[in-house]
Amino acid sequence: MAMSFEYKVTGGDFTRAGYASSQVKKMLKQLGVDNTVIKRVVVCLYEAEVNIVAHAWDGVISVDLNTDSIFLKLTDNGPGIANIEQAMQKGYSTASPEVREMGFGAGMGLPNISANADRFVINSEPGKGTTLEITINLNSNAV
Amino acid sequence: MKVTDIVEKLNLKIFSGHDGLGREVTGGYASDLLSDVMGHATAGSAWITIQTHRNVVAIASLRDLSAVIITCGEKPGDDTVSQSNEESIPVLGTDLPTFEIAGRLYSLIS
Repeated sequence: MAMSFEYKVTGGDFTRAGYASSQVKKMLKQLGVDNTVIKRVVVCLYEAEVNIVAHAWDGVISVDLNTDSIFLKLTDNGPGIANIEQAMQKGYSTASPEVREMGFGAGMGLPNISANADRFVINSEPGKGTTLEITINLNSNAV
Repeated sequence: MKVTDIVEKLNLKIFSGHDGLGREVTGGYASDLLSDVMGHATAGSAWITIQTHRNVVAIASLRDLSAVIITCGEKPGDDTVSQSNEESIPVLGTDLPTFEIAGRLYSLIS
């Protein structure tokens, strides 16, 4: 049984930040997915969704439910990440002062994803955009 | 201990989310950094913060937190109130600063 879902995300629209994550959470609950897995999906998806809202112009989230894993792919049109290694460091952020005042932009988003994903790949082209691929296994209890 | 119990014992204001007052409070987390809460708060915790915007409710809902306690007499925005009502997550308030209300909540539930 494989299922796929897609959500659009608009850059800069913080009033809707977390909407896609919330929809995915509800769906996984309805499907009876283990709570530990849901928690990890929610952390990864929310952080990645907020990154699109905070940094990019727009993006698409796709969620694939497979028999043994959940695969999240987030593709955005945005400024891209010039130095991914630096972006992955805890505490490093390029968020604007306005975004930081809201309590976002603490440089914890990508590390949170990394800690909760079984597989996490970032591809980015400066000036064009960024793609995140996140896999969470249904049977693992990491974190 | 339920949200309604901590409201009474800590003398908290109830701004919104009345339908969630029966939620069980199993812990607490004090932070104003949203990713910190996302990554580290445990389900059932009451979140103590000075942040008042609606994303706070979104995170509380996503992480299954029991309530949000806004400190220093700050008040939630209108869209925070409406989202809190929709999600049935109580948004509470106190005039005390974060350190003091965190200490009192800790004594109450530990």
